[in-house]
This record gives sequence, C-alpha cells and structure tokens, in this order.
Amino acid sequence: MPLLKNGNIIEDPYTRVTEGEELPGEGPILVDLALWQAQRDALVARSSEVGVQLAAGESPAAIAPDLEHIALVALEFPAFTDGRAYSYARLLRERHRFEGELRAVGDVLIEQLHFMDRVGFDSFDMKSDEAAEEWKTAQADMSVWYQPTGDERPTATRLRRS
Amino acid sequence: MHQVVIANRLTDGIVVFLGREQEWLEGLEGCQPAQDTAQAEALLARGTEAEAEQFVVGPELIEVELREGILVPVKMREAMRSRGPSVRTDLGKQAEN
Amino acid sequence: MYQYDEFDADFVEQRAVQFGRQVEDRLAGKITEEQFRPLRLMNGLYLQLHAYMLRINVPYGCLNSTQMRKLAHIARVFDKGYGHLTTRQNMQFNWIKLSDMPAILLELASVEMHGIQSSGNCIRNITADEYAGASADEIEDPRVYCEILRQWSSLHPEFSFLPRKFKIAVSGSDRDRAAIKAHDIGLRLHKNEAGEAGFEVFVGGGLGRTPFIGQSIRAFLPTQHVLSYCEAILRVYNQLGRRDNKYKARIKILVHEMGGEAFGEKVEKEWAEIRETALELPESETARVGGFFAPPPHEKLDDDDSDLAGHMAGDPDFATWVEQQTARHREPGYAIVNVSCSPVGKPPGDISAAQMDGFADLADAYNFGEMRVTHNQNLVLTDVRKKDLFALWQKLVTLGLATANHGLISDTICCPGLDYCALANARSIPLAEKLSERFADQNKQKDIGEVYLNMSGCINACGHHHIGNIGIVGVDKKNSELYQLMLGGSAEEDASLGKILGRGFDEDGIVDAVELVIDTYIELREAGEKFIDTYRRVGPDPFKEKVYSAPA
Repeated sequence: MPLLKNGNIIEDPYTRVTEGEELPGEGPILVDLALWQAQRDALVARSSEVGVQLAAGESPAAIAPDLEHIALVALEFPAFTDGRAYSYARLLRERHRFEGELRAVGDVLIEQLHFMDRVGFDSFDMKSDEAAEEWKTAQADMSVWYQPTGDERPTATRLRRS
Repeated sequence: MHQVVIANRLTDGIVVFLGREQEWLEGLEGCQPAQDTAQAEALLARGTEAEAEQFVVGPELIEVELREGILVPVKMREAMRSRGPSVRTDLGKQAEN
Repeated sequence: MYQYDEFDADFVEQRAVQFGRQVEDRLAGKITEEQFRPLRLMNGLYLQLHAYMLRINVPYGCLNSTQMRKLAHIARVFDKGYGHLTTRQNMQFNWIKLSDMPAILLELASVEMHGIQSSGNCIRNITADEYAGASADEIEDPRVYCEILRQWSSLHPEFSFLPRKFKIAVSGSDRDRAAIKAHDIGLRLHKNEAGEAGFEVFVGGGLGRTPFIGQSIRAFLPTQHVLSYCEAILRVYNQLGRRDNKYKARIKILVHEMGGEAFGEKVEKEWAEIRETALELPESETARVGGFFAPPPHEKLDDDDSDLAGHMAGDPDFATWVEQQTARHREPGYAIVNVSCSPVGKPPGDISAAQMDGFADLADAYNFGEMRVTHNQNLVLTDVRKKDLFALWQKLVTLGLATANHGLISDTICCPGLDYCALANARSIPLAEKLSERFADQNKQKDIGEVYLNMSGCINACGHHHIGNIGIVGVDKKNSELYQLMLGGSAEEDASLGKILGRGFDEDGIVDAVELVIDTYIELREAGEKFIDTYRRVGPDPFKEKVYSAPA
C-alpha cells in the first residue's frame, strides 16, 4: 500500500509482524495489540522503532501507559463508515499526549483525509499512488473549521475574536 | 414469471426500463419481459453493464404482468415508480401519457 | 436571525464547489455510485423512487424572505414547482436532476443555505421551538445555542462517521414544542434556584423501529458547557455505539442497553476531562451570537386592538382562524401566527412556489422579513401586530394558507410514504388526505379539540407515529397496504409512546377506526379533558372495544 506522509508517497520503513511470527533482528516493526501485550518487554528493549496497530474495537487506553516506548500507532478503519478511530486519534493526541506517528490504515479515502488530518493523523495508508496529487487538490477545498480539535488550525470562532 | 429490469437514470434520476432493443425506455411499453431465469439473468447482466458504463443506477429485476394488454409491475412500489406519486397524478410518468 | 460572516460564507461556498466537482466526476464516469453515494448523502442528496431528492437545511426552522424566494426559485426552475416541509424543519425537493446540483448549491450558497449533513451518519439539522424569541412562556432563547451547536457540528471531524444519524433538539420554554424527548440529545433550557440558565440534558430518545423516550442524565448544565457536554456524549457514543447492526446503531439502543445512569456516568467522566478546554463558551461568544437573535424593533402597543375585535365580530371565518392559529406573544399588541400547510385533502407539508413567494411577501410586510418552519410541517410568523392580522389573513386566504386547524385532528404530521420514498412500505399521504376530509367540518374539529394525529409509511417513523396522540403506521402485507393504529403517544413535556391497539386495517378501515376512536373519546371525556387526558385516564380498553366491535 502506498504510504502518504507529509504530502508525499514514501516507502514504509516498518515491517509488519503478527503474533506467531518471529521478530526480525533489527529495523522498525509494526505489531498488533496481541503481540504487543504478549511480548511487551522484548519489544521495549529493541533498539529500533516499534509501532502498534489497533483494530477498530481496540481503545488506545490499552497502550496509553506504554506510549513513550511506541513510535507509531496505526488505527484501523475496517470501513470508511466506521468512525471510531477518529475519537481514538483525538484521545491519543489530546488526552495521552502522543507525539509519534499516527497512521490511518484500512478503508482510507481521499475525502476523509481532511477529517483525519484534523484529529491528529499524520500518515495514511492509501489505495493508489495518485493519492499525493489528489490530496493536494482536496486540501485546497476547505479553509474554514469550526471545532477546536487540538491541531494547530485556528477555528472560525478564534479567528473572529482576533 | 415475467421480469424486466428497472433502474434510475444517472443524470436525472428518472426511472427507466430496459427495452427489447437493449435501449433504456421511460415506460414499460417496448419492454420484452424475461420468461425464465436464464433470460432474466441476461437482462440483468445488460443492466449491470449499463451501471458500469455509468448510465443508470441500481438496476434490478422486477416482476411484471399483463393487465388488459398492458405491462404493469406486480409490486406496489414499482407500480408507483412506473407511474408517479398517486397523490400527484399531474406529475411523473402518469402525467406524460 | 443569524447572518453569515466571511467564514461561514467561505465554508458553504467551498463545500458547494467541492460537491460540484464530485458531481462532475460522477457524471463523467470517474467515480462509481458506490464511491459517490456517501459524498452525495453528505450533501443531502438522496435517490428516491422517482428521482433524486434534495434536502435543504433550515437551521432550527429559521428562514428569511430572501431565502424563501430562493427556495421558490429552485422549486420553479429545478423541480416541479413545489417543495415539502419536513419534521426536521427542513425543506426537500423531489424531482432534482443530478446534473443541476452544482448550480443549485451555488444558488443556495448565495442566500446562506446548503444541504450539508441533512443526511448521513452525522449530526443533522438542529431543531428548536418554532416560537423561540416570541413566546410568553420562554425562559431563554434556544436559537442562540442552536446556532452555536450548528457551527460546532458542521463537518465535525470526529463525528462525521457515527454509528448512525444523530439528532439534537433544544427547547427554551416550559412547554416543549420541539419534541426534545424524541431526540438523540434533547436540551431543555431552564433556570436553577440561583436564577442562572442551564440545560436539562436528555439522551437516547428516538423513534424508528425501536422507539424510546429520552432519559435525563443531567438536571442542570450551565450553558457555557453545552459544547463540551455534547462532545462528551458524542465521544462515548462514537466509541461504544453498535456498528454491527444498523437497526441497533442509534444512541437510544446504547443508552437502553447500558442503562441511562451508567451511560450518564461515562459521559460525566469524559466531560470532566474536556470541560475546561476551548469548547467552553466565553460570555462574549454567547453574547455575540445572541446579538443575532435580538428581538425585532417592536412598537409599543396596547395589547387589545379595537380593529381586530371589530373584524372578528364581523367575520366568523376570520374569528375562527384567529382563535385557532394565533398564540400569545410576549409583547403587547403582537401575536404569533401559525400558518397551516396541512389543508384539508392535500399532502401535509407540501408548499408551491407561488405560496413560497407569496408567503415571503407576507413575511416582509408583517413579520420583519422572517419566518419559521415547524416540526409539524407548518409555517409560523412570530411577530405580527394584532392590527395586521385581518389583512394578513385575507392574503393567506388568497394563497390557500388560511386553514384553521392548528393542533386539531386534520393538522397531521405525515411522512412522504410510498408515494415518494424508497424506504416506505405503504402510502401515508392519501391517508392524511382522507382523514382530514373525514374531519373537515370546522365545528366538529373544534369540538374534538387538541389531538395530534401522526402517520408514517413504514416503521422508520419519519411521520412520528409513536408520539402522536393517535399514530398510524403503514406496513406491506402481501403486497397490499395495511395500517396499524396506536394510541397514547405524546411529543411534549409529558412525552410518551403510543401502544398498538389491535389488528391493522386497510385504507378505508383505518379512517373509520380513527373516527370510532374519536367517538369513544367524545363519549367518555370529562369537562376540560383533551384526547390524551381521557386516554390516560381510561386506558386503551374502551377504545379497543369500540373499534373492534363495530361491524366490519
């Protein structure tokens, strides 16, 4: 899957490892919650980055105490209509102060990137290589936002006051 | 069993039926109902093709019957679609005839 | 009323341009229906039985005359000359062409209107008491908070893909005219012992196939916390609401399954984390928005108008209309005027382009250029001088908008039903027409008094049948329409759900059955009792007996 980060399609440095597979010797790995919980100490001890992917029903509360050891959290959208991860993203950023990479995976559509961007996602597993271009176009669509969501964008309410 | 394919036209949403010449008609006259499952499948396949060509939306098979020599849908819902709202007989297909 | 500034104008125009591009992509075949469907729904565009249907938001029911004329223009140029008022105080058009959508949205944007979030699993148009700002029993104007909530909910990035649609209503009076307990969130403005304004918060109300009356989870929420509290409710719901079954996905099911108290505790816990954030409303913001809803420049008038009394004495039709359609205004010499869009024998809530234009002129002449849409699918002029009532009535008569049935049995709520709607199982409008004809006699209606008759063409309950004093729901039984009768519902502060009386009826049978129900009420009522009072006193049995013992 093409990975969109900072407006560009990049090579994903992370290797996915699921439970039952052997951990590679080095390099960034992305594990699911079950593997993280089973091998937490071994994973924390690794010298390279570790990411954790949460399925749609898995709340970030499960990894909140460990966030200092986690470089990437990937949140899954099993269908674009399943919006749980929007809340999870805000909780990670605004409640748990997670500053690492927050990645949207699964059914990620161009039309949703605005929303994802606003709740704190900063990388996106896209379906096509054209995503970078399309996102550039889509980004120009909207310039007004009404809700404070913890990102840097000023809301209309704030701009009116200034 | 008599079946035809009904759909909404993409550009304006108007109800259309797949006709005997594989053209899309605004009314049921000119439709050749499928008499068996094989014919029905062929008809629906053509409808699905038209959806893929972005000409219609939601093609589906519906039951029709001959009443006084005229093809009409069996189900009330499709009868409504083939005529127009019963409370506004001045509107829709019923008004054009 | 609220007026857009540059931010709001940019927001709506950008969205219109964006959707215009998506429509072009769709028409050019660049995207499939599957990809396009969520995009069009987010902009209020449905595909119904006969054509596309566009639902346009009327924020908490407030419209000005310029907007109404624009809706008339759209009806005339892009539709078939009429629109339909909905129970979310919106207007929808039934015959829209997809290819016209980009032009229509730009027309709407030019008068501060749009269809954003009038569909989809997001926060829908927020509704309010149609007498807001004018009624004598108002505690505080709900529109201020509706507007603040409207902005907050507009393309809310966290809450645009909820488990299911989400409806909020706000009431600011003792009398609940906004059916707040039938909403996902119902907010009731009231004052605490210290005289401060706040909200009682109800959650988990809703109709559809599993109806519930909302439960109070907080008796008093200071007004400055309305956004953070709603955000907490939505956040709990977004994470925990069911996504495995769309019929169990509304918040009412979550609240029911968890219990109101447990749900409330989760909300309070979440709220404690976010109450002191940028969501807290500074007084200056409430005051700024409140400024848009300042009362219009009323004249100082005597409450009694001698001309009015004279006209009423001289014209009994006018007198009947005044008695039935006007409500007490807080300013002396002014009246609130209910304008019925449910004339006898016509589809409830339908309004022609000529009526829209004519009504806009009346709003300009007599009501400071503004008007309201009600959740009962009618219109309201909130600030009419009593001395203008006669002239207004004469013009309403000409427009066909002078039916005197406010709160009476022929003033029905009715969904579009199988005549238009892709979800319906049975028609509802013909029933409404027949019932209003059966009870057309003004004296008879007046004698029956206040009774709310609501009907839907399927269990989704867009016609609010569960909360009508008399409710009717249509089902499809072996390809013929069957109607079930329920009694005892109420949408007001004493909200309750109706119960099915017994076996269903065909179209003529249900009209007869409703008449028998009314006959029973008239036989049993005690002095001063409304239909609902009698029903609550005697229960369903006498009604059941009468309705089902009648010769078939």
